[in-house]
Amino acid sequence: MAKRVEIRLAGSGGQGLILAGVILAEAAGIHEGKFVAQTQSYGPEARGGASKSEVVISDEAIDYPKAVKPDVLLCLNQKACDTYIFDVKPGGTVIVDETLVPHLPTSRAVAIPFTHIAREEVGRDMLANIVALGALAALTGIVSLESLEAAVLARVPRGTEELNRKALKAGINAAQKHLSAKTAQTAPEW
Amino acid sequence: MINSQIMSHPVLLQGNEAMVEGALAAGCRFFAGYPITPATEISEAMSIKLPALGGTFIQMEDEIASMGAIIGASLAGVKSMTATSGPGFSLMQENLGFAVIAEVPCVIVNVMRGGPSTGLPTHVSQGDVQQARWGTHGDHPIIVLSVSDTWECFALTVKAFNLSEEFRTPVIILSDEVVAHTREKIILPNPEELEIVDRLKPTMPPEWYIPYEDTPRGVPPMGIFGDGYRYHVTGLIHDVRGFPTERPDEIVPFMERLFRKINQHFAEIQMVEEYLTADAEVLVAAYGAVARSAKRAVDDARSRGVKAGLFKLITLWPFPRRVLEPHLRQVRAVLVPELNKGQIAREVKRINQGATRVETLSRIDGRLITPDEILARLLKL
Repeated sequence: MAKRVEIRLAGSGGQGLILAGVILAEAAGIHEGKFVAQTQSYGPEARGGASKSEVVISDEAIDYPKAVKPDVLLCLNQKACDTYIFDVKPGGTVIVDETLVPHLPTSRAVAIPFTHIAREEVGRDMLANIVALGALAALTGIVSLESLEAAVLARVPRGTEELNRKALKAGINAAQKHLSAKTAQTAPEW
Repeated sequence: MINSQIMSHPVLLQGNEAMVEGALAAGCRFFAGYPITPATEISEAMSIKLPALGGTFIQMEDEIASMGAIIGASLAGVKSMTATSGPGFSLMQENLGFAVIAEVPCVIVNVMRGGPSTGLPTHVSQGDVQQARWGTHGDHPIIVLSVSDTWECFALTVKAFNLSEEFRTPVIILSDEVVAHTREKIILPNPEELEIVDRLKPTMPPEWYIPYEDTPRGVPPMGIFGDGYRYHVTGLIHDVRGFPTERPDEIVPFMERLFRKINQHFAEIQMVEEYLTADAEVLVAAYGAVARSAKRAVDDARSRGVKAGLFKLITLWPFPRRVLEPHLRQVRAVLVPELNKGQIAREVKRINQGATRVETLSRIDGRLITPDEILARLLKL
């Protein structure tokens, strides 16, 4: 069986989840040469409805293009977290936006305040998706940080490159802080 | 089928965007449409790309006018296309019939979403399969192709234009919300890698031109408006000169030719893709996005010792009966998973004639059938 990695990005319409999925797919597909399929599911509302974007990355041609059991789940609101948490593959990674997800259904979830970071460190709420992408790549290693940065810069509107680079860095830093805090505690492995 | 994916750098494209690339590669230079989810990206990309190529993009007042506009453009010699979803496709039916009877080449994309009516705008369906066959009134032949991935969105759009030009007929491409919105990596071929077909034009002096004269292929050369080949275009049954007729000795040859030009080329028109069918004991017949789930399910069934095979329909109409029939006599059962209540299953059952057992798997909640749903049924067949 070929290596197939499934990522689900979920939240509400307007948070930039579909763009985040496209960027992730381009990082893996165009910059790293993998097979990719990016799909989306959304409601008829322009903003505010449930929104979901999925990326499948594989070493061979992809048949079913959607996620069956996500290896990685990113949730940018409580509802998405509650809806999808139990779809995740056992041992999979759950990453949530601590700013918008007050209640964590599992202690294994990685909580990072993406929206807060975007607002305070980058200066714009709407870059929370890019902050989250940086953290996701740093936490999981699904795509290299170089590929991700190249993909981000190729997709975002001209003139916002610096801001997006800053957002990406902020996300990566937050993830690395989380990882070093985790290794400091000597948690039992099972 | 165009199989070579040679050269150039890969790009990440949606099915909808790949269709635009395919249309432009095939020589499409006119697009008229009215935006509708989940087909809007086709209009959007056309509105950006066509003017740069010297083509024309028009956003019409509705889908009735859109269909009329592409017929007019095609009569003027320009390869033309429109794209819509269920509600718009319903509005196009009347003029679609006009394109059939006046033998005007054009391509109509229907990105299927949940229906009836405005239904489920952002969710997937395969509910328009029989409408594509019989939506316009009157007895008529039609070519309908189905796409299941981004590459096919490109390649089969090229093919659709080629078929429409070769046979002077409208060709419908049925896509669906999942295929349309799935982004995949594709490598767009060099234009010279592609086979591009253009309609036959009259070579005789204009005064000798008989616009609807029968030929061995059944497809008369098409005079272009403005080239001096003047003729009458009507939705009424017409004689070889294009004028309305009610004479049985003219009606019958005309209608027979309309069907014959498609029927005698079934082998070329009817495209399917077979996967592990040679020794299959159970068969999945699927198309569109569902074919992708089915392929995965066939692999999973094989790994559990069930000899499953996939018969993927690319041409939905005319239904590829002759290719499917031998399988029906060979397998224990056929499963037809679809995002409707069994519109293709109905066709499989019709030609089955008791040869095997045909079962349906329907999903009508706007979500794609999963590989596991198909696998569960395959293991029980």
